[in-house]
Amino acid sequence: MKFSYFPGCSLKGMGGAYETSLIAVMEALSVQLEELDDWNCCGATAYMSVDESKAFTLAARNLAIAEKKTDDLLAPCAACFLVLQKTQKYIKDYPEVGRVVRESLRAGGYDYAGSTRIRHPLDVIVNDIGLDTIKKTVKHPLKGLKIAPYYGCQVVRPYATFDHQDYPVTMDNLLKALGADVVHYPLKTKCCGGSLTGTLPEVGARLSNILIREAKRQGADLITTLCPLCFFNLDSYQDKMEGPEKITMPITYFTQLMGLAFGMPSSKLGLKRHIIPILPILKERQVAIA
Amino acid sequence: MTEKKEEIRTGFYICHCGHNIGSVVDCPAVVEYVKGLPGIAVSRDYKYMCSDPGQELIAQDIREQKLNRIVVASCSPLLHEETFRKATSMGGLNPFYFQMVNIREHDSWVHTDKNAATEKAMDMARAAVARVRFHRALEKKKAPIHPDVLIVGAGIAGIHAALTLANAGKKVYLVEREPTIGGHMAMFDKTFPTLDCAACILTPKMSSVKNHPNITMWTYSEVTSVDGYVGNFTIKVRHKPRYIIEDLCVGCMACIDACVFKQKFEDEFNQGLSKRKPVYIPFPQATPQVVVIDPEQCLKLKTGKCKESCAEACDRKAIDFNQKETIEEIKVGTVIISTGFKSFDAKKLPQYGWGIYPNVYTALEIERLVNASGPTGGDVVMRDGKHPKRIGIIHCVGSRDESTNKWCSRVCCMYSLKLAHLLHEHSEAEIYNFYIDMRTPGKSYEEFYDRLLKEGVNFVRGRVAEITDWAMNKDEEDHLVIRVEDTLAGFVRRIPVDMVVLATGLEAREDAQDVRRLFNIGCGGEGFFMERHPKLAPVDTFTEGIFIAGACQGPKDIPDTVAQAGAAAAQCLALIDAGAIELEPNTAFIDEQSCSGCKSCISLCPYTAITFDAVKKKAVINEALCKGCGTCVGACPSSSIIQNLYEDDQIFTEIEEVLAHV
Amino acid sequence: MSKIRRTIKYESERDGTFAEEIMASPGCEDLLGCFQCGTCSGVCPLSIYMDHTPRQIIYLTRQGFKDEVLRSNTIWLCASCYACYVDCPKTVHITDVMYALKQRAIREGLYPSRFPIPVLAREFYKMVRGKGRLTETWLVVRLLLKTNIFKGFGMWRLGLGLLRTGRFSLAVESMKHPEELRRILDASPAQHGKKEVA
Ligand SMILES: Cc1cc2nc3c(=O)[nH]c(=O)nc-3n(C[C@H](O)[C@H](O)[C@H](O)COP(=O)(O)OP(=O)(O)OC[C@H]3O[C@@H](n4cnc5c(N)ncnc54)[C@H](O)[C@@H]3O)c2cc1C
Ligand code: SF4
Ligand code: SF4
Repeated sequence: MKFSYFPGCSLKGMGGAYETSLIAVMEALSVQLEELDDWNCCGATAYMSVDESKAFTLAARNLAIAEKKTDDLLAPCAACFLVLQKTQKYIKDYPEVGRVVRESLRAGGYDYAGSTRIRHPLDVIVNDIGLDTIKKTVKHPLKGLKIAPYYGCQVVRPYATFDHQDYPVTMDNLLKALGADVVHYPLKTKCCGGSLTGTLPEVGARLSNILIREAKRQGADLITTLCPLCFFNLDSYQDKMEGPEKITMPITYFTQLMGLAFGMPSSKLGLKRHIIPILPILKERQVAIA
Repeated sequence: MTEKKEEIRTGFYICHCGHNIGSVVDCPAVVEYVKGLPGIAVSRDYKYMCSDPGQELIAQDIREQKLNRIVVASCSPLLHEETFRKATSMGGLNPFYFQMVNIREHDSWVHTDKNAATEKAMDMARAAVARVRFHRALEKKKAPIHPDVLIVGAGIAGIHAALTLANAGKKVYLVEREPTIGGHMAMFDKTFPTLDCAACILTPKMSSVKNHPNITMWTYSEVTSVDGYVGNFTIKVRHKPRYIIEDLCVGCMACIDACVFKQKFEDEFNQGLSKRKPVYIPFPQATPQVVVIDPEQCLKLKTGKCKESCAEACDRKAIDFNQKETIEEIKVGTVIISTGFKSFDAKKLPQYGWGIYPNVYTALEIERLVNASGPTGGDVVMRDGKHPKRIGIIHCVGSRDESTNKWCSRVCCMYSLKLAHLLHEHSEAEIYNFYIDMRTPGKSYEEFYDRLLKEGVNFVRGRVAEITDWAMNKDEEDHLVIRVEDTLAGFVRRIPVDMVVLATGLEAREDAQDVRRLFNIGCGGEGFFMERHPKLAPVDTFTEGIFIAGACQGPKDIPDTVAQAGAAAAQCLALIDAGAIELEPNTAFIDEQSCSGCKSCISLCPYTAITFDAVKKKAVINEALCKGCGTCVGACPSSSIIQNLYEDDQIFTEIEEVLAHV
Repeated sequence: MSKIRRTIKYESERDGTFAEEIMASPGCEDLLGCFQCGTCSGVCPLSIYMDHTPRQIIYLTRQGFKDEVLRSNTIWLCASCYACYVDCPKTVHITDVMYALKQRAIREGLYPSRFPIPVLAREFYKMVRGKGRLTETWLVVRLLLKTNIFKGFGMWRLGLGLLRTGRFSLAVESMKHPEELRRILDASPAQHGKKEVA
């Protein structure tokens, strides 16, 4: 299996642990990732609110590069995943949008026919590679680790079709295949407020606090995410937690947990790059760390 | 097939249909245009061609102007083709010298550009005027009507229709798939808006059906094939084995007591809220009062090994493990289909938590729960054994939603009000109803709503966003939380409750498409059977002699269902009493000269109307069986099949003319 | 007793073409189908902070209460989580409508000073036009300098934490050939032919 890989700005910045763990895990599963040649920022949701057609153009340049390669495009960041898909869809559904975007691309020597398929690693891992292969690759099952599966909003909504848009189970099944316990988590697709941290940090923090408090109440040891923005928001504002008791909750990327279960060394998984340390709970639950 | 040369004198009439056509198509302009076409003797417009003066206009022109062809441009032939054919006859001309153009559904109703619509009307008129030249005089054939009637589905619709016909002295076959008749109504405790006891009004009708000398009631049976045409249907019915000799069983239930199993299988009639044995009777008033054995569960039938304590307990020797399915053939002249509806599957909306949170119920489950003869004897006790203190009823679950079903299910508002009343009466719980619009358009229905308002139910206008057990505070812990915008108050609320009831909508049965094909009738996009006309022929179908009644035609309540059932019965009676029906002469026939006897057409005919004359070595079409579908006409390699009203000259001229300007 | 305010609205405050203009944006076609059920407001994680619920925004837009809508904090609070979008029973793409309203508000200079999205967007655009990629940390720093919005929220503590965990890198990300992207962006017309923010 081979994919063009679109890291996006976050994975090269604060989401570094996501990138290293993803690459390690994909390698273990014999999936080849080839970083998209001289990719640019996806256009980001914030920019959509200012100038939609420029935002579409930014995203479309990446789609055009991927199209030449003919491989499917893997986009691990939820925001990039959404913007790329939205661009793909709107170029197709709205001929005028498509015309403007294609015209601009031409100035850079690109053309885009519209055939690039955009995939999220979670979808690829569970639906293409399959849970049987995952189970076979697991060396140290994450026995006893209670996990709240947090999908966030933009991976399952509104364009992805690989799972239910409000009540997905793909990651639940993956975590179970890794041997972990998945807690009932009714907030799994509720917004973490991530996109507001740049403008209204107190509201963003409050939303992520609700997510953490409920995960605790449902008995989770940690929350797992699949988006660098969610990760940042959940991990970073725990000192702003309201309420009488102090709660902390380690946050992980699902790829880090896969790496742990596959028996990879923690250095490959960026386990030290968390504000809320994760190693103590892993020790307490006696999760083997290579 | 051209006729001897004659002078063609065509009369053309365009109808304004009030504003329906006249406000979009410039009718006088079309009249002027048509005047210039070949063979036109008269060209006129009129406000309502279908009215008496309109028809008289045609008849008079035929007489006075010696017209020999007539074209009317108006509405759909479904509506008024017969009317104008009659007018043509009134003038003394064979009615098949007439052609109709639909410039309403095909033109004025679907366009807004007046110039273009007028031009289109001219094109269509030109094509019809050219086509009608090639028409020939045809005669209608008559088919006798067999007086017996088949009714499929014995809910309240089928039951009511059967009794109406039987009381009129007609013989009725009533075929029901389940082991008992009664349909959904048999599950209810009370019915809106009067809150009269469902059993009290339904069970007497059920036993009348059972005892009526004119009704043959077949339960646990299904129609497997339908042949023939109006007046003369041959129907095959399959009787599934119930492993009980129906005539011997008196419903004493000794066998049920004796069965070696505990009550461990889901009781379908109680919506799974209770358990039953492999041998069971759906409910105490089931009709017929005969038990049934589920072969998937019975030890004897599954493994061959059981001590057969049931058979031992039955002193009438009614149990017969060797029963096999049987097929019976009957002849009837007319059919009523009344197969009812299916409730929306609440699993499709996981945000409402059915199947996830045990205390979320569907309305049908609640119907059983509040029923005096239901699984708890009417005690409102939840799956966790507790009694609810607060209950939320959610309207429009699987209705008015583009992602599930678009339509309004018509009965849910009313039954939700009914359940609000009954649940409060049985549990004293505080009740919340969440609705988008309150739809109570029936006699005494708004008054019922008013009654519930005054009973103190909390009515919250807003479509519930989700049911969750995610708790924001102590009050919410261990509760189901309903998240909703109270659109009247203008703020969002979180309301903790103990029990949630989902007012699931009505949809077509899963096998509606199969039934549709079996009887060759139509279905709308939603799967409900299609009536011939939504206003003027609500129980007719596009197949003569087959009628529909009740919720299989669309969601409706019991009063409307019964009214339709009566109407369908009356339609059957009208045909039976007429004794015979005229058939449309649009049938196909073989040109013996050119038929090469290749037999390609024979297997293609969906109505098995074609046979082979072994002596002449030619195909023969039985006109009585031919429905005029045209399949064979298109398939014949030597173009030896001709279909009346669709002859090559007629069709090709029409196409050429309609496309003349392209 | 608090001051009593007049909340009546007059017909003259409505803008007859506003709904149509918004509906012309991609994704906003189904606006008129809304039957005010409130599902969007119910699922919205931010409706508890909004001055108008998403349902009310849809309603007010449809009715042409342009000022009321564009001055509302709702459109800036929308986090683009698409919860409403997928649950709306009438396929109103509320999130797209929110985008269209934001764009419109920026064009009309109506955004509240409390929500420096345009400032953020301008900085963002400069950076992307310059380097082709985003260095989040630099964006935050520039935003801090220009708007002061993190003041009082103790962001310095977070900064320390990020530094400690190696995530607050001040290295600048860049494409190999940002000039190529620049050509493309310069060829792309600014939205609605109006002068863009950058
Ligand atoms: C929860 C709920 C509460 C309601 N409460 C009320 C109320 O209080 N008052 C009111 O007026 N209305 C009420 N209604 C509406 C009422 O149920 C319908 O109006 C009525 O049941 C329609 O009757 P029917 O005979 O058309 O269909 P059904 O009751 O569905 O009967 C159809 C019958 O056909 C049989 N059948 C189906 N397919 C086949 C086949 N292929 N071959 C043979 N047999 C077949 C079925 O087994 C069934 O017996 C309620 C509906 C619901 C869902
Ligand atoms: S969910 Fe859709 S239909 Fe309901 S109020 Fe919101 S926009 Fe309108
Ligand atoms: S997309 Fe915006 S308006 Fe819709 S639910 Fe999410 S935050 Fe609310």
